[in-house]
Amino acid sequence: MVPMSALADTAPDLAVEAEGLVKTFGATRAVDGVTFSVPRGAVYGLLGPNGAGKTTTVRLLTTLLRPDGGNARIDGLDVVAHPGLVRARIGLTGQYAAVEERLTATENLNLIGRLYHLPRTSIGPRATDLLERFDLTYAADRVVKEFSGGMRRRLDIAMSLIARPSVLFLDEPTTGLDPRSRLAMWELIEELGEDGTTVLLTTQYLDEADRLAERIVVIDAGGVIANGTADELKDQIGGDRLSVVIANPDNAARAVAALRSLCTSDVIVDDSGRGLSASIMSGDRMVPSAIRALDDAGVDVLDVEVRRPTLDDVFLQLTGHAAEDPPSDATPDLDGGVR
Amino acid sequence: MIRPDDAGEVPQDAVLPGNVWAPPVGESPVHSTAAPIGRPAPSSGLVGAARDAWVEATRHLRVMPRNPEVLIFATLQPVMFVLLFVYVFGGAIAVPGFEDDYAQFLIPGIFAQTVVFNSAFTSVGIAEDMQKGYIDRLLSLPMSRSAVLVGRTISDFVRNVITFGVMLLVAFMIGFRFEGSLVEAAVGTGLLFAFSYALSWIQALIGQNVSSVEAANSAGFIWMFPLTFVSSAFVDPSQMPGWLQPFAINNPFTIVTNACRALYNGLPVGSDLWVSLAWSAGIVVVFAGLSIRQFSRSTVA
Repeated sequence: MVPMSALADTAPDLAVEAEGLVKTFGATRAVDGVTFSVPRGAVYGLLGPNGAGKTTTVRLLTTLLRPDGGNARIDGLDVVAHPGLVRARIGLTGQYAAVEERLTATENLNLIGRLYHLPRTSIGPRATDLLERFDLTYAADRVVKEFSGGMRRRLDIAMSLIARPSVLFLDEPTTGLDPRSRLAMWELIEELGEDGTTVLLTTQYLDEADRLAERIVVIDAGGVIANGTADELKDQIGGDRLSVVIANPDNAARAVAALRSLCTSDVIVDDSGRGLSASIMSGDRMVPSAIRALDDAGVDVLDVEVRRPTLDDVFLQLTGHAAEDPPSDATPDLDGGVR
Repeated sequence: MIRPDDAGEVPQDAVLPGNVWAPPVGESPVHSTAAPIGRPAPSSGLVGAARDAWVEATRHLRVMPRNPEVLIFATLQPVMFVLLFVYVFGGAIAVPGFEDDYAQFLIPGIFAQTVVFNSAFTSVGIAEDMQKGYIDRLLSLPMSRSAVLVGRTISDFVRNVITFGVMLLVAFMIGFRFEGSLVEAAVGTGLLFAFSYALSWIQALIGQNVSSVEAANSAGFIWMFPLTFVSSAFVDPSQMPGWLQPFAINNPFTIVTNACRALYNGLPVGSDLWVSLAWSAGIVVVFAGLSIRQFSRSTVA
C-alpha cells in the first residue's frame, strides 16, 4: 500500500537539488535555468544582487511558486509532485519576519507546530527548547509587538525550526538588522551549521556569504554564474590582488600607467579616484615593486597591500558589475571586502 | 503513545497511506537531547483542512480579548448608526406599516448593514497577512491551502457575532423588541450571518488582489455603500426614483433585510427566506471557489 519507493530508501545525500529551474513573470525570466545542489548538512549561500533571482529560486524550492521549467527536489522528493511532503521537511524564513505580532513568542511557536501537525504534547517542550536556544526565554510570554528586529528574526528562525526541518531556507536573514543583531545572526547561523542543519541562505552581502557558506552559488540575472567555495571563487580570478591607495586622485592615471606592467589584469580605479586594484601573479615581492614603480612615476602612496581577492573582486570579474547595495554597516575599506 | 485526543494528529510511528516518509536522516540535531518530537506531515482530507482552518482561526481569536479597543470601536460605529437613525431621521422618515415605530423597521436594516460592513475585516486581514509575508510562511507549511482563507473567515465571523451582541443590547435599551417568536428571531439573525459570511468570501478575493492594506480598506468598503443604502434597510424602496427601484428591490441585501425584518416583527416572511438563503449559498459557492482557486494556484497545489 505504501510505496516505499526508491525515494524513501535511498535517503539521498542531496538535501536540495535544482535542475534547470525556470520561472517567468510576463516577459521577464526571473529564474532562467538555475542548477545546483546542496548536500545534506551543508550551509550553502545563494549570492547575488537585488533582482538576481535569489528569492524566486527559494520560492520555487519551497513550493511557493510553480516552476515553468526544470525541476527541483528536496530530500529526493519532487516539489511539484509531492508539495505536501516537501513542506513537511522544510523550514522557511522569508525576507520579512513572518511572526504574528499580537501573539507571544510561545504562542507563535505553538501555532506553527500545530500547523506542521506535530503531536501537541511534543510542541511545548520543543518550543521551550528553541526559546532557550535563541535567547528568547525571558521574552517567551511577551507579545511579539514589543520585540526588537533582532528578536523577531530569531523567533522567526525558531519557528522555522520547530519541526526539525531537513532543510532550512533563510532568505536574506540579516537584511534590515542593525550591525550588532547582524553579527548575532551570523553566529546563530554558524551554530546551526555546526549542528548539522542543512541551510540554504540567500544574501546580497559578499562578506556574509564568505563567512557563513561552505559553498557559494553566485546568481546574476536569473542564472548561476559561478559555484564553489569562497576560495575556489577567488582562485578563479587568478592570483592575488594588489590594492593601492594614493594621496591625490589627480595622479590616478599616472599610477595606473605605472602599475600596468606589474599586473595581470586591468587596473581598476574606484569611485574616490584614490583606490586602485588589480590582479597580480604572486604576492610577496609585489609590494616593494609597486612602491618603487609609483615612486618613479612621482605618485605619493598612502597604502599598498597585497591580499587574497574578495568576493567583491570575484563578482566584478564574473559579471562586469559590482554587487549592489553593500552592507551599510561595513567599513568602507578601499579593498571593498571584509576579510 | 497516542492519547485519545491526539487521534487527529499524526501518530508518531504511523506510516500515512500514500505517504513516503524517509527516515529523518537530516534531522537537525539542534537539541538532539530533547525527546523525539514526532513527524511533521501534510494534512489530508476535509478533516485535516478543517483542523488547519481552526488552528489558523485561533490565531486571530486569541488576540481579540487582548485588544478590546478594536472590538469596542468596531461596535461603536453601528451603535452610533442605530442611535442617529432612530433619533435623527426617525421623526422624518415614515414607512408604510411602521408609521409609529420606525425603530422596528430600521433596526433590522442597521443590523444587516453592520454585519455586512464587518465582512470588510476579511479583505483587510488577508491583505495585511500578505503584505507582512505571513501568508508565505503559512503556505510553506504542510497545511491545507484553503485553511488559510477559511480560518480567516471563521475568525471574522466570530468577531461579527460579538459586535452583533453588543448592538442588540443597545437596540433593546432604546425599545426594540422581537415581535415574533424566539425561533423567528433566531432564524432572522441566522440569515444575516449567512449573508455576511458569504460576503466575506468576496472580501477574501478582494484581499488577495489588492497591493496594500490601505487599498483593501477602500476596495473592501466602497461597494458596500450602494449595496446597503440602495436597499430597503433605511427607507421604503418605492419612495426612490423609478430608475433606482429595480436595483433597490432586487438587491440581495434588500431581500435579506426584508426577510430578517419580517421574522423580527412576527410578519409573514414568504419567499424572502429561501431567496436570501439561496443568495448566500450561491455567493459562497462562487466566491469561495474563486478565492480558494486563485489562492491555491499561486503556489504548487
